[in-house]
Amino acid sequence: MSKKTISPPPSCRHLLDTLSDYLDGELSAELCRELERHLSDCEDCRVVVDTLRKTIELYRETVAEPQLPPDVRLRLFHRLDLEEYLE
Amino acid sequence: MNPVTKRPLDASKGAEQSEETFSLAALRQGDAAEFARLVDAYSGMIYRLASRMLQNPQDAEDVLQETFIKAYKALPAFDGRSKLSTWLYRIATNEALMLLRKKTLPTVSVNAPLEDADPEGFELEIVDWCCLPESELMSEEARRYLDESIEALPETLKSVFVLRDLEGLSVRQTAEVLGISEGAVKTRLHRARLALREMLTAYFKERLPASGL
Repeated sequence: MSKKTISPPPSCRHLLDTLSDYLDGELSAELCRELERHLSDCEDCRVVVDTLRKTIELYRETVAEPQLPPDVRLRLFHRLDLEEYLE
Repeated sequence: MNPVTKRPLDASKGAEQSEETFSLAALRQGDAAEFARLVDAYSGMIYRLASRMLQNPQDAEDVLQETFIKAYKALPAFDGRSKLSTWLYRIATNEALMLLRKKTLPTVSVNAPLEDADPEGFELEIVDWCCLPESELMSEEARRYLDESIEALPETLKSVFVLRDLEGLSVRQTAEVLGISEGAVKTRLHRARLALREMLTAYFKERLPASGL
């Protein structure tokens, strides 16, 4: 398994700029083919794609969804002079 | 080679689901019952956004209250061209950014180059940690680290990432909320994701089995 830090060469850098569009399914077919050709030859970029995708997935799947606590709602309605509409 | 699928990541959750119909005329005239209905419909969304931006329950509550106070005052002039949810997101995001700026003033100049400058010469750490078990990737400690990593982002990257990837707004909605171009949203989102990937790599590489290094 590779473990290193790289400063991406221009050939990789150009394609790395397209990765978010690629992962969001918004990359043009032509650039998609170019990127996938590059990925079949460049292990470093494959690792970046895989870990970038995993990063986004982890955030979407695991980061907590803070719920509005009842006491915060109560104080909000009080601050807005809307107590009579509290159920 | 690890397979690279073209499947878009799911960004479907968000404000679009909860868009409700309100009487704009009643809201503009200051109808308290209609405003209370609006507050109930969107207070959860605004609190969640503020919590994610600020990572602090008291700050999130302050932003929540200020957002609806400002919305109430501004409603008579609301032209209805934006969705109510987008308009409220805009007010709340501005409130959260103002609070962040107050708190992080001394470090703004240090972080600023990360936000808009072209990162010539940037470095990427190449470690494949995707193979880690879910128990490691989704542990309580990892979740805390994910939150802390968002907090470490420069504010302009953070706001785009929270709105687009966590709140699930479209690129266009995110641009509308922040008052920037769609191109700027895409650029900042990509930089935010790469920055988070670097932070997660630094964390997860320490948890790879020693034999795999």
